[in-house]
Amino acid sequence: MSGVTLTIDGKSVAAEKGQTLLKAAEGAGIYIPRLCAYKDLLPHGSCRVCSVRVNGRIQAACVQTVTDGAIVENETAELQEYRRNIIDLLFVEGNHFCMYCEKSGHCELQALAYRFGITAPRYQLLYPKRDIDMSHPDVYLDHNRCILCGRCVRASQDLDHKNVFQFIERGCRKRLQVNGEALAATDLQVTDEAVASCPVGALMRKRVGYSVPVGERPYDNIPIGRDIETAGEE
Amino acid sequence: MTTKARIATVSLAGCFGCHMSILDIDDRILQLAELVEFDRSPINDFKEFQGRCAVGIVEGGCCNEENVHVLEQFRKQCDVLISLGECAITGGIPAMRNNIPLRECLEEAYVKSPGVYNPSGAIPNDPELPLLLNRLYPCHEVVKIDQFIPGCPPSADAIWDALGTLLTGKPAVPVYTRIKYD
Repeated sequence: MSGVTLTIDGKSVAAEKGQTLLKAAEGAGIYIPRLCAYKDLLPHGSCRVCSVRVNGRIQAACVQTVTDGAIVENETAELQEYRRNIIDLLFVEGNHFCMYCEKSGHCELQALAYRFGITAPRYQLLYPKRDIDMSHPDVYLDHNRCILCGRCVRASQDLDHKNVFQFIERGCRKRLQVNGEALAATDLQVTDEAVASCPVGALMRKRVGYSVPVGERPYDNIPIGRDIETAGEE
Repeated sequence: MTTKARIATVSLAGCFGCHMSILDIDDRILQLAELVEFDRSPINDFKEFQGRCAVGIVEGGCCNEENVHVLEQFRKQCDVLISLGECAITGGIPAMRNNIPLRECLEEAYVKSPGVYNPSGAIPNDPELPLLLNRLYPCHEVVKIDQFIPGCPPSADAIWDALGTLLTGKPAVPVYTRIKYD
């Protein structure tokens, strides 16, 4: 048995060799905030919301594997501040109008902002001009809400064994592109994992919006990550 | 008799939904009346400031020059200025025009839109009308804002907590369900 022991915020955590910090923490009932990490997809390490300090160095917990005796800081004021800023930047660089968004209450970006107690953006809102692709009969792609987490790109390739999405350009011009004239010209199906993987309201099923009443949606009363924390308490 | 704290409220580029939510504090409004007196506000329909205010509550962002003027007045007259609701904080629905040029917006509304009867093709331009700004500005991009209560609209409880803290000095316990963006 190749187990390793590390400490996260002073708590001793047993983990399997080769496990990522994110998974090891999860197993010990410690929630490390994350956005681009999704189920068992290969980690992407792009959103940096899961940044932790490992032996004093900042690392992305979703890609960093555990090492024996590592001292990990997770919920420090400094790291929470970094994470809050990342969430804030994601909000201001897109057009996130929660008040009418069908994803509201189910949205992981919004839920993180709630968990971090964000009441207002710290940075200037950019209001970029972005497109909406309504061509597909069952799914729409709203670039206004896309946070470039790459979940749909990876889910389409690795889970659906298709190749519907990819990123084009770089830096502030980076955006999601469908591999075809439009969404309707791809082999995307509404049942694909790629559709379910979107953490925000960018890739959405049509005709199912607002089906859960306000007050009963996943993040209305329970903060994101609480499930992981309560599992650890049992 | 001690003088009561004065509160002023206004709706700029908003829908009055946030003001409805203020009224939604229900019978607690009687407790509020014990603590405060309303200065200029749609609630008493006073259009001008009566005096210095402890708290100013602003609903909606700035879409025209009159909004900016009123917001600057609020900043001058109020000790604590609160942005109430999503429109004041992020621009909200009125900010959906922010990535469309102003002329295109006006032409869509007054000339091109289906059902518009406007043979002269003129866009309203009366000197009485406040000039529209190039885009909508959230309040904190125009003046210093001290406190934010998000929500569309914010819940009555969120408003009550914030006002209670300001008026009684007792800090409210943070409650997860108070912060909502919808």
